[in-house]
Amino acid sequence: MSDKIKPIPQPESDKYWEAANEKKLVIQKFGDHLQFYPRAVSTKDGSRDVEWIEASGKAKLYTFTIVHAAPHPSFVEEVPYIAAIVTLEEGVNMPTRIIGIAPEPENLQIGMDLVVDFIDADGQNLPVFKPA
Amino acid sequence: MKALRKSLSGKAAIVGVAESDKIGKVPEISPLGHHAQAAHNALQDAGLNISDVDGLFTAGYSTYDLGEYLGIEPNYTDSTIVGGSSFVIHLAHALAAINAGYCEVALITHGQSGRSDRARNRSGGGMPADQYTSPYGIMGPPINYAMAARKYMEMYGEDRTRQALAEIAVSTRKWANMNEKAYFYDKPMTFDDYHDSRWISWPFHLLDCCLVTDAGAAIVVTSIEKAKDTKKGPIKILGAGEGHDHGSIISQMPDLTRTYGRKTGPRALEMAGLDYKDIDLAMIYDSFTYTVLATLESLGFCGPGEGPDFIANQVTAPGGTFPLNTNGGGLSYTHPGMYGIFTVIEAVRQLRGETGKRQLDKCDIALAHGTGGLLSSTGTVLLTSN
Repeated sequence: MSDKIKPIPQPESDKYWEAANEKKLVIQKFGDHLQFYPRAVSTKDGSRDVEWIEASGKAKLYTFTIVHAAPHPSFVEEVPYIAAIVTLEEGVNMPTRIIGIAPEPENLQIGMDLVVDFIDADGQNLPVFKPA
Repeated sequence: MKALRKSLSGKAAIVGVAESDKIGKVPEISPLGHHAQAAHNALQDAGLNISDVDGLFTAGYSTYDLGEYLGIEPNYTDSTIVGGSSFVIHLAHALAAINAGYCEVALITHGQSGRSDRARNRSGGGMPADQYTSPYGIMGPPINYAMAARKYMEMYGEDRTRQALAEIAVSTRKWANMNEKAYFYDKPMTFDDYHDSRWISWPFHLLDCCLVTDAGAAIVVTSIEKAKDTKKGPIKILGAGEGHDHGSIISQMPDLTRTYGRKTGPRALEMAGLDYKDIDLAMIYDSFTYTVLATLESLGFCGPGEGPDFIANQVTAPGGTFPLNTNGGGLSYTHPGMYGIFTVIEAVRQLRGETGKRQLDKCDIALAHGTGGLLSSTGTVLLTSN
């Protein structure tokens, strides 16, 4: 068993991580305000009136880096890998990993179309993205 | 509010600055040991004693632990921790506290053993960043800052961005080669060295990234009245700005190419009643080459995307028209983890005329600027010897 870094959910994010285990990417909605990451309140106006919506899973690449120096021992065997920020179709940005593409700068264009996928980290799914 | 802030311009002064006894690789003392050595050295620089200190400021430790270690029982205590900019921000807090009568002699200390600390470990469990970034292998500054730099390249051109990053790395090393305390004092760097260095997190080469060292530093601040009686006289704090626009998840940053310096630079200048052209020396926190590029634009030295032209042709190097990071910076002098305090120390020394062969011909007004977290927080101060 590798020592993968598993997310430690907080009460506000249980739904997010449970949904990921069902291969769903969900985000919070307070009225017309969407937000990543899950919080106890809306960053817009403090509202507690939260809905959870399933994101379409479509996204565009916002920026990325190709990691060569592992930042933690658990990633030594994974380098080089693509760390990224993506913009979901719903308009929020989130950090993630890009998979399904060789980690070379020329393979990646900012703005390219991506679609969500899920990888397993010791029993917890992580939302990641791959070329659409 | 603005008038009240402006009325504080020049109403407190830095009277002592110092590093700990030895910086670089120093496994023989603890981080708090660096704080303590630097504190006593800075007080000596000011001609003051530990018993004179009644305001205590630090980041990374609680001031109560620092106070215990130093034997200080302060009237005013401030452990504000917003990353590497914290110590620059403490200067503004000291200015305010002194003028509100909370303390008269403020001691700001720093100490970290990024290289040798026995207690280094993964921290921050339960914080948002730990859930949404660490499991992906998005950890630590290089990966996060590299994503910001890649965005800049997309907006303003990859080749000219790359050239700008190389210019900053090379010019900063030239200054380090003139500073005997610099980690890379004896090691020159060519443009080829830069381009040939290994990838850390593309687009960052190794030589885009700051050092990881052990070091401490301290600053003593006091009222203008008391400053007149100190050993080296006052370096006045003319203006200050502080703030942040996101935390430890860089996807939450409003614009990866604009740091919060876009607010703190103009605020500090307005408080001081100064313009960019008045600044003789810019000490800009250089955690990465890109940090400098984004910060110069954000502060307003040049417009968005103009940085590569602004710093072209080694104008930031010794003898150049825009002296920058004359101590050799976090890139080539020292960088224990939260480097911001060292921008102030070099600014004070240049303003006093104490920097030997790297001394600027004219240095009356200096800007010191810290950045903390993942381009998250900034603190700007304007200092003068006048």
